Amino acid sequence: MAVEYASMLSKHAFFKGLRSEVVDLVAGCAQEIEFSAGQYICHEDDQADQFYVLVHGHVALQIASPGRGARTFLTIGAGEVFGVNWLVAPYRWTYDAKALDDTKAVVLNAVCLRRKCEADHDLGFELMKRVMPVLIERLHVCRIQLLDLYLKQN
Amino acid sequence: MTVINVLALDDLQILLENLQEDGYALIAPQLQDGVIIYDQVEGLEALPRGVNDIQTPGGYQTHKTKEPSLFHYVVGPHSWKKFLHLPKLQLWQAKKFSDEICIASSEPASFKAAFIGVRAGEVKAIALQDKVLINSGVVDEAYKIRRDKAFILAVDCARAGGSCFCVSMQSGPSVEGNYDLALTEILTPNHIFLVRSNSEVGEKILKKTPHRPATAEEIRIGQEIVARTAANMGRAMPDTNIANLLSQNLQHPHWDAIASRCLSCANCTMVCPTCFCTTVEDVSDLKMEEFSRERRWDSCFNLDFSYLHGGAARSSVAARYRQWMTHKLSSWVDQFGSSGCVGCGRCITWCPVGIDLTQETQAIYDDQLG
Amino acid sequence: MSITAIHKHNVIDMHDMQQLVPKLARVKSCFSDGPDVSTIEVEMADGAPVDYAPGQFNMLTVFGVGEAAISISGAPDGSRLIHTIRDVGAVSQALMRLKPGDQLGLRGPFGVGWPVRAAQSKDVLIVAGGLGLAPLRSVLYHILAHRVQFGVVTLLYGARRPADILYQSEIANWRESCEINVVMTVDHADVEWPGRVGVVTQLIDQAEFQSQNTLAMICGPEVMMRFVASALVDREIDAENIFLSMERNMKCAIGHCGHCQFGPNFLCRDGPVLSYKKLRPLLKVKEL
Repeated sequence: MAVEYASMLSKHAFFKGLRSEVVDLVAGCAQEIEFSAGQYICHEDDQADQFYVLVHGHVALQIASPGRGARTFLTIGAGEVFGVNWLVAPYRWTYDAKALDDTKAVVLNAVCLRRKCEADHDLGFELMKRVMPVLIERLHVCRIQLLDLYLKQN
Repeated sequence: MTVINVLALDDLQILLENLQEDGYALIAPQLQDGVIIYDQVEGLEALPRGVNDIQTPGGYQTHKTKEPSLFHYVVGPHSWKKFLHLPKLQLWQAKKFSDEICIASSEPASFKAAFIGVRAGEVKAIALQDKVLINSGVVDEAYKIRRDKAFILAVDCARAGGSCFCVSMQSGPSVEGNYDLALTEILTPNHIFLVRSNSEVGEKILKKTPHRPATAEEIRIGQEIVARTAANMGRAMPDTNIANLLSQNLQHPHWDAIASRCLSCANCTMVCPTCFCTTVEDVSDLKMEEFSRERRWDSCFNLDFSYLHGGAARSSVAARYRQWMTHKLSSWVDQFGSSGCVGCGRCITWCPVGIDLTQETQAIYDDQLG
Repeated sequence: MSITAIHKHNVIDMHDMQQLVPKLARVKSCFSDGPDVSTIEVEMADGAPVDYAPGQFNMLTVFGVGEAAISISGAPDGSRLIHTIRDVGAVSQALMRLKPGDQLGLRGPFGVGWPVRAAQSKDVLIVAGGLGLAPLRSVLYHILAHRVQFGVVTLLYGARRPADILYQSEIANWRESCEINVVMTVDHADVEWPGRVGVVTQLIDQAEFQSQNTLAMICGPEVMMRFVASALVDREIDAENIFLSMERNMKCAIGHCGHCQFGPNFLCRDGPVLSYKKLRPLLKVKEL
């Protein structure tokens, strides 16, 4: 199974260019998972012990607010990842994630991954180098959304 | 080789009369409220005699001398653009007839004027406005109709003003380019005017006017006067590629230093003989049946000038000063093939806080070197 | 000519200052295109056709109010004059209040539009943000009318909210036709929105095009265009092949009034569409 996951992961944009022995280490924590459209993948305030590598479909990241419903602030598609909360204590989800259509992902067990990173800092550094750009991109997107560029300016 | 003739003082009066006879209104320098301005005159006697001026950054003062000179002051706040590129101009009118609106262009008023005492830098300034308003695509008919009829009686500067830097802008003090007649005023041993013709119209007017060929000595005196003016410029633009210098320093901190003094009053743009920016305003009667659009001079120092929905693109004074100075000295070159500055120094003299664009350019230049 | 000399239906000679005098036009139809946006179709009062290139703009006058530059939003048959207007100022508000049959003044078309000829035989990437889709609609119609001349055509469109998406029925048609790829995203979703949430730059990674043979056209708020253009350079599209439609205060539209200067460019005459190669150094300068 791990071999199959290693092959899936190495094709994914997030792991592109990662050395095969490192991919193998990661694949050891992997499991394939599917969600049907409308299904919740995780909930705010739950323990974030999963890191999702999206292979197919779309996922909405939402925060629900009374009277306004579940508000999607970002959608994630195939080739992207979500759940980077796995890396930073207190390892807790800060949003709900919901599959928008039938979705396939490789889910990485964060407890397993964290243990391997502690034991092998090279692995930790490789993963950190890949997580940071995602965070920076999301921060940039968030800024642009906050600027509300298309709002009428007068 | 230009033929140089001589007009006596009385001949100059006859020359003006000949211009009037040919249908020209005479526009000439006058002393008004202690300031040299340009306005319509009926003859030579209206011109200021024995008037000199002292110009400093933010300072202007005229004073009488014992000389009989007609042109020993330099330029005042007016320039000839107020007669060519009108400060206010109606562009069109429209009227509602029952439910149908008719639009008619407002015919530019014809105006045949002779400009008396146009300085070298001003001849060049007119050429620069010609380039913008006639020779760069769409023709501004209102400008062209006046420009085509204008007679330019230019005069070499016999004195350099305190704010002048035309030598470093290659636009003076000797008149060159598009003029009809050019004078050099000589006071001693006799009060005479050397005159050279540069157009058929100029030649025709000169022919009708008593004149005689200049002697070699008179020509030498004339050259000496112009050379002395050139040697006494109040200031100079740094001798470098100004256009590149400024376009490469758009983010220089010195713009903020200038802005700390600049009042964004727009004086510099109003007195500048080449600034051409305009805005429009629509007006209507209360019944909303008659409409018109008026164009008037505008300034890049006005906040509204760069207004976009949401706010001004150039809200800081630094950005507005930079726009003015870089347009004049840098992007004008990209747009029209030459600098937009003729070195007349009006923007320095009439700046209420005495900002001097030659010094500001020098400051950026020095920092670049340092 | 004095106003008293004008008679009804008189044909007026406008050779003088012709470019500065509006011609009479009428509103043919108008409809709402979102909460504060209207699209109006205009025709010349004398019935004369107006030839325009995709990306050009007209100066529209509401008599007694003023004049504003409005881009031409194009139409399937390439000759109708359609303008999408947002009520951002006195003139645009007055334009939005016009009803079919109302008269207005029109000068134009003006400016340099999208490089449709240079785009031929290339993949075309069109990136629109907010109302920026309006001036790009004419190029989309042009491409659809000459579809075989172009490679893969993609429209990436970011809007503020689902309700602010322009031309919803046209977009649905374009999607259905499969002639162009359409990907949309919104900054702020409501609970009903089934599509993507995020900013338009995020759509670039997944877009299909051959970098070395792609021409990109971008229109939207300047901040959005800056980030989109730099993301396209990151995906190895040459800055020379990236075009932005710039906006500044356009007054005369003939390069005489000085208002729309952006560096050495008179955007009304040299633009509004200019290459990123030209614009990039200028876009870095604040308050230029």
